[in-house]
Amino acid sequence: MIKCGVITFPGSNCDEDMIYVMKEVFQCQVEKIWHKDQTLERYNPGDIIFIPGGFSYGDYLRCGAIARFSNIMDPVKKFADRGGIVIGICNGFQILCEAGLLPGQLLVNDSQKFICRNIYLKPYSTETPLTFDLNTEKAYMIPIAHADGRYYCDDSTLKDLIDNKQIMFQYCNSEGIVNSESNVNGSVLNIAGICNKTKNVCGMMPHPERASESELGNSDGKYLFISLLSWIKEHHFVLA
Amino acid sequence: MPTYLAKINIMPHKELLDPQGKTVAKNMGNLHIEGVQDVRIGKHIEMNIQAEDMNVAESIVDQSCKKLLANLITETFSFTVEQV
Repeated sequence: MIKCGVITFPGSNCDEDMIYVMKEVFQCQVEKIWHKDQTLERYNPGDIIFIPGGFSYGDYLRCGAIARFSNIMDPVKKFADRGGIVIGICNGFQILCEAGLLPGQLLVNDSQKFICRNIYLKPYSTETPLTFDLNTEKAYMIPIAHADGRYYCDDSTLKDLIDNKQIMFQYCNSEGIVNSESNVNGSVLNIAGICNKTKNVCGMMPHPERASESELGNSDGKYLFISLLSWIKEHHFVLA
Repeated sequence: MPTYLAKINIMPHKELLDPQGKTVAKNMGNLHIEGVQDVRIGKHIEMNIQAEDMNVAESIVDQSCKKLLANLITETFSFTVEQV
């Protein structure tokens, strides 16, 4: 059985949602991890560590800037170096960028506003864990809730992201068209989520864990987790 | 050991869109303040440091900026240090 660990920092607020989805919707073994924990050695490369959304350390200084120095972040880096899957959602994405596990940074939305609503995502490539089983012609409706989601990286990093197929999602409209109107926060190239070169560390601003059951009125998010679990089954032998 | 006061300025890179600065600049006209061409908004941080001498104090500030206070992907920093 795939084991999931969900890290809680002071100020995390999507940890329980993530635990619920992986445990109740996907029947995974799930463990809550406190940010002061010192080791993730009990996790194997085929397991998943989630860094959930929220406002770690009150978003002081910059989103994720303080959380990246928590005790658990060294073990997260070591786990990623062993090929383990690390998924950062919203504040988790910001923490992974601040920690240097993902390139670039998330800046304040170009509208200067906190945006909380459903948006549409288009998978850019199916060669990433969260998009593995997705249809690149389809627009997936997933909620966002952030003030600092404008993805930025320099031109050479952007070229690397494109060349290595590290872009997971782009903001699009309901027809799946990626344009400036659908770029909800002003991100470079409408980028909503990326992964690292080795495709085992992923970050995205939208919240699939808030849209994984029909009772919530939106279940498009579950397809991302189905992708993730399929990817692990397919690639585990490579990662291990 | 002497105490030093560091005054640090952190600014977004010039080529980056600064929505706060842009909004402030746009609204200057509404206040009948004319002539403002461009506004960039960053952070000002002051730190008291105990160190053996000025060189050590400056090195502590430099490390603090590089490791935590600024994200060099999008920000630049500058500082002054004075003995207090």
